Amino acid sequence: MKAKQRPLSPFMIGPYYKPQLTSLMSISHRASGVFLSVVAAPLLLWWLVALSSGPQAYDSMLACLGGWIGKLTLIACVFALSFHLLNGIRHLVWDTGRALDIRTAYTAGWLVLIGTVILSAVLLGVLL
Amino acid sequence: MSMINPLARARGLGSAKSGVHHWYAQRASAVLLILLTGWLIFALISLSGTGHAEAVAFIAKPGNAAFLSVLIITMFYHAMLGLQVVIEDYVHHPVVEIILYFITRAGAFLCMALGIIHVLKLALGA
Repeated sequence: MKAKQRPLSPFMIGPYYKPQLTSLMSISHRASGVFLSVVAAPLLLWWLVALSSGPQAYDSMLACLGGWIGKLTLIACVFALSFHLLNGIRHLVWDTGRALDIRTAYTAGWLVLIGTVILSAVLLGVLL
Repeated sequence: MSMINPLARARGLGSAKSGVHHWYAQRASAVLLILLTGWLIFALISLSGTGHAEAVAFIAKPGNAAFLSVLIITMFYHAMLGLQVVIEDYVHHPVVEIILYFITRAGAFLCMALGIIHVLKLALGA
């Protein structure tokens, strides 16, 4: 049996809706989650493997991370982690049924974005 | 009209038997990861500017080894659940979907195993 082509509600990003803070942060939460899963988490694992493989492996890993590609990756990881962590807390509050009105959703959204910049700056200051 | 038969409603389960498990697991692991990320940030700050020997000594402490092990398991578990939802939502080809789902699960479990083995190696000084 072939499924009928029923109309779907349009995707939040695209020509049908104007960009909104809420929808952009929602899709960014997913994007940052995917990035953390495929880049940052394996990076932490690589650090651990290099650490247990001895000082030489550890130093060559740190040398890799010290190059401009490594630094860029590290900066992206720190921003993605800060955003996903803070916006994740926003989502967890929503999951309890609180703060769901539009005004609070926007206020919390801006707070998350400001917090992301501050937390990233602090972490990068320590790491780089 | 309810779509659930009376016995299923009494048990609180639909035909899927575990409707909220994935939703709950994603959030439970998220809460745990908030705490563990706090520990990771503390660890990275303590280790910044130090060398290999200091980092090894730090991980070798039983408390830190335990935190790192739980972090690795929870992190890859949370990542696995999240990637699963992304695949379900955006990949509409059934064969590609099941292959990606398999790779996600296998990759997550492999990363967990690899992480635990290396934490143990450091903790036991092998």
